[in-house]
Amino acid sequence: MPSPQIDIRHIAKLSRLALTEEEAVHYQEQLTRILGHIDQLSSHTLDAEPSAHAMPVFDVIRPDIARPGFTQEEALSNAPRRAMDQFQIPKVIE
Amino acid sequence: MSLAASTIAALRQRLLAKEISPRDIVTDVAKAIDAQNASIGAYLSWDLEKALKEADKADLSQPLGGIPIGIKDNMNVTGEPCTCGSRMLAENYTAPYDAGAITKLRAGGAVPFGRLNMDEFAMGSSTENSALGVTRNPCDLDRIPGGSSGGSAAAVAGNLAIATLGSDTGGSIRQPAALCGCVGIKPTYGRISRYGLVAFASSLDQIGPITKTVEDAALLLNHLCGKDVRDSTSLDVAVPDFTTAIGRDIKGLRIGLPKEYFISGIHAGVTSAVNAAIKKLESLGAIPVEISLPHTDVGVSTYYIIAPAEASANLARFDGVRYGHRSAAAGDLMEHYMMSREEGFGPEVKRRILLGTYVLSSGYYDAYYIKAQRARTLIRQDFEQAFEKVDVIISPTSPTPAHKLGELKDNPLAAYLEDVFTIPVNLAGLPGISIPCGTAEEGGKQLPVGLQIIGKPLDELTVLRVADAFEKA
Repeated sequence: MPSPQIDIRHIAKLSRLALTEEEAVHYQEQLTRILGHIDQLSSHTLDAEPSAHAMPVFDVIRPDIARPGFTQEEALSNAPRRAMDQFQIPKVIE
Repeated sequence: MSLAASTIAALRQRLLAKEISPRDIVTDVAKAIDAQNASIGAYLSWDLEKALKEADKADLSQPLGGIPIGIKDNMNVTGEPCTCGSRMLAENYTAPYDAGAITKLRAGGAVPFGRLNMDEFAMGSSTENSALGVTRNPCDLDRIPGGSSGGSAAAVAGNLAIATLGSDTGGSIRQPAALCGCVGIKPTYGRISRYGLVAFASSLDQIGPITKTVEDAALLLNHLCGKDVRDSTSLDVAVPDFTTAIGRDIKGLRIGLPKEYFISGIHAGVTSAVNAAIKKLESLGAIPVEISLPHTDVGVSTYYIIAPAEASANLARFDGVRYGHRSAAAGDLMEHYMMSREEGFGPEVKRRILLGTYVLSSGYYDAYYIKAQRARTLIRQDFEQAFEKVDVIISPTSPTPAHKLGELKDNPLAAYLEDVFTIPVNLAGLPGISIPCGTAEEGGKQLPVGLQIIGKPLDELTVLRVADAFEKA
């Protein structure tokens, strides 16, 4: 297991979090400590198949039957900004 | 005794005898909230008018007819807030639908009433990570109620609710129930629909009741469990009548004591309370058997890889576009995402998103995430082997009684390590209950101690049976 060398700015960007300078230092330090503890896993031989969850349920497919969903108004009801009955986002094309 | 201090079972008898009405119960609970919520802080909000209207229409022929149930603020109830204890959802989110568990509760005749405080997005064990208010332990107002379902436990313990719903990802129902002195059960993973429960770690999250008695827990489980096509992980298995576990004996039941759980480092008062509980179970005819769960020591590490990994993916949905906080400061779209999330999420949530993103990032996925998935298999196999020899497994719920507010604030790792007895149960998907088992002295106060009873997958009946026999002895 690699020793924890965290590029906190890179991770923050992947996480879509605009950390302040202070936060970046703080989290760098804390995550290093937490990962240091988690690294104890590497001292174990973990000879087993990985499991994504505990119950033996796989490939659940729902019946191909239409069921009701939100109306447009319901879907938009919590949008911080909307325009012309759509979600509004900052301009992405110049 | 006030109605708010009563149990579901007792209130139902009085309702059916027409001594009281559902409106009386809701009114009395609201009165208790008005009198005490300012000091305990269990509720973030409640809508009395709406609850009274629903109480007046309650179908008393249903088993939960007319009983108000407090809801952790991470389950959607149509027309109500669902803040998850976060600024992200505090400003302007109103739930447009009922969660699956709420639909079931309503079908049982219950009335959802009040929104309960929690650690932000259920991340924490003290409720101190709520961005929206402090919740105090009714047993000692200087102490934490536990978490993340701290509001749900404090409301029940303080008689500000008849019963409540919580959610449990690594102990978030059982640990606050233990610290506040009430009953909290996390059923088998898949028993209760997670549809409409705001997701933290989807492979571990499970809803469950927090109650004053084991019987009330059984009554609620009867109406919470069952397949929901809107949650693909909900199990399509028969739901037994859980109340058949009530009032039975436990003669000859084998009770497993994992040697890895009875170790140094546990609060002396917790150890003696749990040892006394084991003696009591023995006197009721149960047979203690020492067992081993050899991978216990990797449980916390495994959890703190899997849960943040899943959380980092689940919380990616908070983009400031469809719902939730939107930064006013942002310029382009990337800045919009980064600023909205930076402003909306609190410190613990950011910490776990960063940790989860790191363990899933290129180059570390196999080293951390896949390794943790392997460890999860081994932890589950430990339990499978143990359950060949015993019917249930007993442990302390938490290694310590409630800490003082602020005590673990700057030491997240120390806080994480306190989940050591509850986490493996989620990783293995098992049912687990915490019931009160005496007190431990700390700082001159007697504080509640919880006994955890863990069962085989889908064997809530035996868990409830042991819990009820212990409670009544």
